[in-house]
Amino acid sequence: MLSELREINHSTMASTLEMTFREALHKSMIEEMDKNADIFLMGEDIGRYEGTFKVTRGLFPKYGHRRVIDTPITEAGFAGIATGAAMAGLRPIVEFMTMSFSILALDQIINHTAKIHYMSNGVVKCPIVFRGPGGAAKQLSAQHSHSMEGWYAHVPGLKVVCPATPEDAYGMLKTALADENPVVFYENPGLYAIKGTVPDDPNFSVPFGKAQIIKPGKDISLVGYSRMTHVNLAAAELLAKDGIDAEVVDVRSLVPLDTETIYASVRKTHRAIVVYEDWRSGGFGAEIAARIGEDCFDHLDAPVGRVGGLNVPMPYARVLELECIPDENDVVAAVRKLG
Amino acid sequence: MRNQVENEQPPHTESPAQLEQYYRDMVFIRHFEEKCNVAYRQGKIGGYMHTYIGMEALAVGWLYSIRKGEDYVITAYRDHAHALLLGTDPVAAMAELMGRKGGTAGGKGGSMHLFDPEKGFYGGWGIVGGHIPLGAGLAFASKYRGQDRVTLNFLGDGAANQGVLFETLNMASLWELPCIFIIENNEFAMGTRLEYHAADTHLWKRGEPFGIKSERIDGMDALDMRENAQRIVDWVRENQKPYLVEVMCYRFSGHGAADNDRQLYRTKEEELENMKRDPIKRLEAVLIERNILNAERLEAIDAELIEQVEKIYEAADAQPFPDVSEVYDNIYTDMTPDKGH
Repeated sequence: MLSELREINHSTMASTLEMTFREALHKSMIEEMDKNADIFLMGEDIGRYEGTFKVTRGLFPKYGHRRVIDTPITEAGFAGIATGAAMAGLRPIVEFMTMSFSILALDQIINHTAKIHYMSNGVVKCPIVFRGPGGAAKQLSAQHSHSMEGWYAHVPGLKVVCPATPEDAYGMLKTALADENPVVFYENPGLYAIKGTVPDDPNFSVPFGKAQIIKPGKDISLVGYSRMTHVNLAAAELLAKDGIDAEVVDVRSLVPLDTETIYASVRKTHRAIVVYEDWRSGGFGAEIAARIGEDCFDHLDAPVGRVGGLNVPMPYARVLELECIPDENDVVAAVRKLG
Repeated sequence: MRNQVENEQPPHTESPAQLEQYYRDMVFIRHFEEKCNVAYRQGKIGGYMHTYIGMEALAVGWLYSIRKGEDYVITAYRDHAHALLLGTDPVAAMAELMGRKGGTAGGKGGSMHLFDPEKGFYGGWGIVGGHIPLGAGLAFASKYRGQDRVTLNFLGDGAANQGVLFETLNMASLWELPCIFIIENNEFAMGTRLEYHAADTHLWKRGEPFGIKSERIDGMDALDMRENAQRIVDWVRENQKPYLVEVMCYRFSGHGAADNDRQLYRTKEEELENMKRDPIKRLEAVLIERNILNAERLEAIDAELIEQVEKIYEAADAQPFPDVSEVYDNIYTDMTPDKGH
């Protein structure tokens, strides 16, 4: 449930600040834009309107129209222009109003952005960040609720990250803005308002390709990313009442994927369930499940389980929408089914 | 034509040496491309390959009008001439077409994907119209940095119908990007004649709704092309605004090397009629008329360039194919994807 998102504080820094996921993204962008004049923002209604989810609030007055650029509603066009600017060495941040709209820019992102480095054999680099809300928000129905992260993670040449906490949002966006490759930065809209602590350190960053054990346990590994990490935590609490000690693994980064941390957890617990909001069939959770099956077979006491979104275009009615999105009860049921 | 810059032709002022150089470049491209066609038929070049035969004056005119290595150039898949004229090593270009390790992209790109950013060349793109916003992005970067670079953004008449062109023209005008959209109108989108693919065959009008200076010019005469290109490049550099030019031309070869039956979409008579406009023949006539080169000398240059292309081909063909261990290289700058089948 969106209203029951858990606050996850895994920072070990002495000095921390409390803020929302949204504020963490905002702070990260400002600090990096202040340091690097090559970083600019481009997207629909991100400037004067402050962004649909208000992640870019205040940036237009601070940086002006040169660096915070309101675009026409032409996703393919501005994704391509930003890609060209990145080819010339600038560092664009492209905000999609929702990742569902990035579907209009798929030709640019997949056929162009993702291919430049390889087709030129490393001669041209493309340091660009595509970010924005992806996944279901609340009653936005079928065209505005897509989980696109698996689509992008499928494409060699793109990095894809899906932070679950304000600290990771802050630190991983910094890493994205220092990366020399195209990065798709996924923000589940259900996370924007959650609070957490963020290190009070402008040089803090969270590397890509490092999964994290959010809650240790010994009986089963619940593997997820983005908002599903919070669902898994809630499920772990319910399971604890039945004496099942679940370990919650936050994958954080799909490409690169930290299989070692995931495998180490599975080798300890001997059971795994992968949880993802995307359609169950062909989503990225299926890839994680397949890899666990391939590489941890000898350590498994049960088949790898999966909990995904229903294979349904997202319906409008709240009761139907909630039926489509995995929640802690679905995870608990899957754990029970695993035996 | 509305919006057209006053087109009074000033006298051609190129020196004899410059004229000879244009001639050499055009003949070199012609022979390079003809060699590519032969190599393709022999199985030495694979995939899709599109030659520039008949259109040489166009690239020569434009690429002598820019600051090479500083201005940005981007085009679609008919890209050999642009790279060669910008100074890309022809052996590396030919090696790339042949999928060799020493190719411009180590054999990973092929004919459609030549890149040489040091020379200002940013590809080499295979999706019709897909690169158009990338070119505007290069122009965006130079404007962002306060430089006075110009971007040449070449596209074909087929690409003039892609939605992303209109999106890009809108933003290029809105943000005043110093980008020249050059529609190489060779009258065919692959095998579909202009009249069958464009509701309005005056493609230069594509820029008008966006308030972009737009015009149609001939691209079959190297000297006219050179003058018009310089006039437009200078205007864009000075004014830092976009420009759209429809350049009328005709490709003498097929759409691609796999286009074996041009009679499906045009007659032999039409081709022969258009070959009277051969840009190489036209420049030959000027060189002879002005007593710069005589027929004997022209023949000697032709033989010299055929020989040069043969040597390029041999040098490229002597190169090894890439090692299979290189397959994961340069997908990312700092990592490889999950490996294995």
